[in-house]
Amino acid sequence: MNSLLSSLAISMRQNRGFYGALFLLSAIYLIYNILHPRGFSSAVFVQNANESVAIVFVAMAQTIPVLMGGLDLSVGAVMTLASCIASVLVNGSPLQIVFGMIVTLASGTAFGFANGLIIVYGRLQPIIATLATGAIAMGLALFIRPKPGGDIDGDLNWALTNSLWDFVDTYQLFDPDALWFQPIAWIPTPFLIIIVVAVVVWIPFRRTVTGRTIYAIGSAEGPAYMSGLPINRAKIAAFTLSGFFASCGGLYLAIQTASGNADITQAGAYTLNSIAAVVLGGTSLLGGIGGAIGSLIGALILRVISFYFRILSIDPLLQPLVEGLVLLAAVSLGAIGVLRVKNRLDLFR
Amino acid sequence: MSDRPLVQLSGISKFFSGARALENVDFSCHSGSIHAVLGENGAGKSTLIKIISGVLRPDTGILNLDGAPMEFANPAEASAAGIVCIFQELSLVPDLTVAENISLATPPRRFGLIDARAQRQRAEELLARIKCEDVDPNAMVRDLSLSRRQMVEIAKALGKNPRLLILDEATSALTSRDVETVYGLLADLKADNVASLFISHRMHEVERLCDTLSVFRNGQHVETFAKGVRSDRDIVRLMIGREVDAHFPPKPVTGKRAPHLVVEQLRWENRLKGASLNVGKGEIVGLGGLDGQGQKELMLALFGVLKGVEGRVAVGSTSGVPGSPAVAKSGRSRIALVPEDRKTEGLMLPMSIADNLLAASYSKVSRGPFIDPALERQAVADGIAKLQIKIGRPEDAVATLSGGNQQKVVIAKWLMTDPELILLNDPTRGIDVGTKQEIYRLMRELADEGRAILFYSTDYAELIGCCDRVAVMYDGAIVTELSGTEINEEAIIAASLNIDATGPLAGASA
Repeated sequence: MNSLLSSLAISMRQNRGFYGALFLLSAIYLIYNILHPRGFSSAVFVQNANESVAIVFVAMAQTIPVLMGGLDLSVGAVMTLASCIASVLVNGSPLQIVFGMIVTLASGTAFGFANGLIIVYGRLQPIIATLATGAIAMGLALFIRPKPGGDIDGDLNWALTNSLWDFVDTYQLFDPDALWFQPIAWIPTPFLIIIVVAVVVWIPFRRTVTGRTIYAIGSAEGPAYMSGLPINRAKIAAFTLSGFFASCGGLYLAIQTASGNADITQAGAYTLNSIAAVVLGGTSLLGGIGGAIGSLIGALILRVISFYFRILSIDPLLQPLVEGLVLLAAVSLGAIGVLRVKNRLDLFR
Repeated sequence: MSDRPLVQLSGISKFFSGARALENVDFSCHSGSIHAVLGENGAGKSTLIKIISGVLRPDTGILNLDGAPMEFANPAEASAAGIVCIFQELSLVPDLTVAENISLATPPRRFGLIDARAQRQRAEELLARIKCEDVDPNAMVRDLSLSRRQMVEIAKALGKNPRLLILDEATSALTSRDVETVYGLLADLKADNVASLFISHRMHEVERLCDTLSVFRNGQHVETFAKGVRSDRDIVRLMIGREVDAHFPPKPVTGKRAPHLVVEQLRWENRLKGASLNVGKGEIVGLGGLDGQGQKELMLALFGVLKGVEGRVAVGSTSGVPGSPAVAKSGRSRIALVPEDRKTEGLMLPMSIADNLLAASYSKVSRGPFIDPALERQAVADGIAKLQIKIGRPEDAVATLSGGNQQKVVIAKWLMTDPELILLNDPTRGIDVGTKQEIYRLMRELADEGRAILFYSTDYAELIGCCDRVAVMYDGAIVTELSGTEINEEAIIAASLNIDATGPLAGASA
C-alpha cells in the first residue's frame, strides 16, 4: 500500500500537466452538472459524450506527432475525409456496414502512413508536409461528397449515440432490463468507444519499442540514434497511428450526424482545437513528454467549457475569447519550469 | 592478455571537408587490458573512438574484430558486436525513466510488449552492480544530477555485455566515490577478459588504472607503450611533438598595469569553483587548459548570460556581475564577447553582412526610433575596412562568407560598440592561417589602444605567441598563472593536466 502510494506520488510529480488537467476537468464537469437543471443524468452524459468523441479522437491523433516534436496539420482533414467515405459506405447489410467501417478506418490509416513516408523519405518538416497533404485530403473529401449528405444505417446511428441500454436494445443482444446490467446500462456508448480504443490501441502501443522510440525522438533525437533505436520506423508509425485515430473520429462523426460534410472551415477548426487539447492535456509541444490519454482529457476540457455557454446563457460569441484565456492560463502554468534555467542561452535551444 | 588483438585498425584515415582528423592510423587493443588513449585537443581521439564504435565510417583503412574485417553502418551494429561506448555527450533520453533508458533499444518483452517489471528489475540489478542503489529506476533522467546520469550511462553500457568498453572522459562528471566504483568495475571487467579503452585527461587516473598507453597527435598515432616505460614528462613531450610556429606580433615590454577586470572566487553551479583572475588595461591575458574546464562558463558569466553566479567581479569602475548581455555591452562596463561557436551564437547566418555588423550597435546609427541609412552605410563600410573583410556586397547573406571572414564579421560587430573589455572564446578555431595572423595583429593593436583582452584558446602556440600572461584552468578554477618566459608548452600542458612536469625525468609524479 505504501509503495503504491509512493509510486503514485512519483507519477504525479512526473506528470504534473496530466494530473493538473484531470483535476481541472473533474472540477469544471462537477460544477457543470450542479448548475445543469438535469445534471448527473444519463441523458446529459449521453449528449455530452456524443459531442466529444470526434474532437477526442482528433486530439489523440495530434498527440503522437507532437510527442515526436512535430505537428500534424492534416488531422482535421483526414477526419473529414474519413467521415465522407463513411457517409457513402456505412449502410446496407450488416456485413456491408462492417466492411464500410473497415474501409473508412483503413483509408485514414493509409493516409497517415503516406504522411509518414513523405516526411521520412522526402525529408520534409512535418508541419509543411501535412499542410500540403491536408489540402489533398480535403480535395478528396470534396470529390467524394461535393454537397453535404449521405446515407448511414439508422440503427447504427441510434445504437452508437445513446446509452448502453439502447445499444443492447437496438441489436436485441440480451434483455437490457436484466438486473446485472443495470449498474452499467446508463453509460453512454460513445464514452465506452473512446475508452476501448484508448485502452486497446494506445496503452499497448506505449509499451512497444516503436512507441518508446517516438518519445525518445521528441526528447533527444541524437541519443536515440546513438542508442540504435529504429528512428524512421517510429516516425512512419507515428503518422500512421495519427491517421488511424483521425479516421476513428471521422467515422464516428459520420455515424453521429448520419451524413458526411466536406467542410473546410470545420476541418481547420478541428486541427487547431486538437493542438489546444494536446497542450491542455500536458503534452509538451517540444516533444518527449505527455500522452494520448492526456489529450483525451484536454479535449474534454475544451468541450465542457463550450457546454457552459448553453446553461449559463452567456453570449456564444464570447466562446472563443474564453477558450483562448483558459488555454493561455494553462500553458503559462506549464512554462514555470523556465524560471529554473541557469544558463540563459539554454532558453533558446 | 591474449596475443590476437580484439580490435585492430590498419591504415585508417578520416577527413572532414579536407581537414585531417585521422591519417593512416594503425592501432590495436587486446582483451583483458585497460588501454589509455592520450592526446591534446584535436589530436584525433574522438574520431578514433567514433570509428571504432560505428558512429563514423573511415575514408580508408580496415577495422578488424577478432581478426575478421568488419564494417559498422551505425552504433547499433557495433554494440551488437560487443563494442559499447560511453560518450562524453550523454546518450540518455531525458524524458524517459532510468529503467527505460537502461534497456532503451532492446527491452525485455512479454507477448511482444515491453515488460515493465522485468525492465525495472534489470535496471535495479545493473545499478546495484555499480553501487547506485540510491538511483530510483522510475525516476526521470531529466531529474537526475549530472553525476547520477553518468552512472546510469555506465549501467546502460554494462547491460549490453560489452567485449570492448570505451570510456570517453566518462569519469569527468563523477563524484570521488563513484570514481572508485568505476575503477573497481574496470578491474572486474579486466578479470573477465573485457577490453577497455580509456580516454581521460587526468594523468593520475591513467597512471592508476591503465596497463597500456597510446599517444595521438595531429591525427596520427605516435606511440603505444606499457605503463611505466615513459615518465610523465616524456608523455607530455610526445603529446606536443614539434610544430611550426606561427608568426606573432612582438609583445611590448611594460611594467605592472592597473587591473581593469578583477574576478574573485567566481562560482556557478558545479562548473565554476572559485575562479580568480585579473586583466589590466592594454594587456592580453590568455586562458588555457583542456576543453570544458570552465573557460566558456567564465566568459558567459562575465557577459551576463548565466543566472546565479556568485563571487566578486569588477570591471573598471563598475562592480557586480552584469544581468544580461545587453547590460554587459552598454554603460560603463562595455564588455564584448566573441563566442565559441560563431554559427549559432555569433551570427544570424541568413541575414546580411551589414545587419550582422550592426546587430550590437543599432543605437549608434539611429536617429530616434529610425535607423539612419547614411550612418548605417558609413558604419558598415568602416567595419569592413578596419578588418579588411573580403566581401561581395554588404547586402549578401553572411552565410556566403568563408569561415575566416565570418569570424571577422563577429569581431567587427563587437568593435563597433567600442568595448573596453574584450572576451575572445577561441576566435581562431577552424579558420585559415592568414586570417589567424590578422587576428593576432588586431588583438595586439586593440591592447595597445588600452583595451583589456581575455583570450581563450585551445591552441597552446597562440597562448604562447599572443599573451602577456596565461591563466590555466582546471576543474572550474585557475590553477596556474604563467608570465614572461614561464609561458611555454610544457608548462601549459602540465598545468592543464594538473601535474607537475618539472620533476625528475623518471618515475611517476602525479
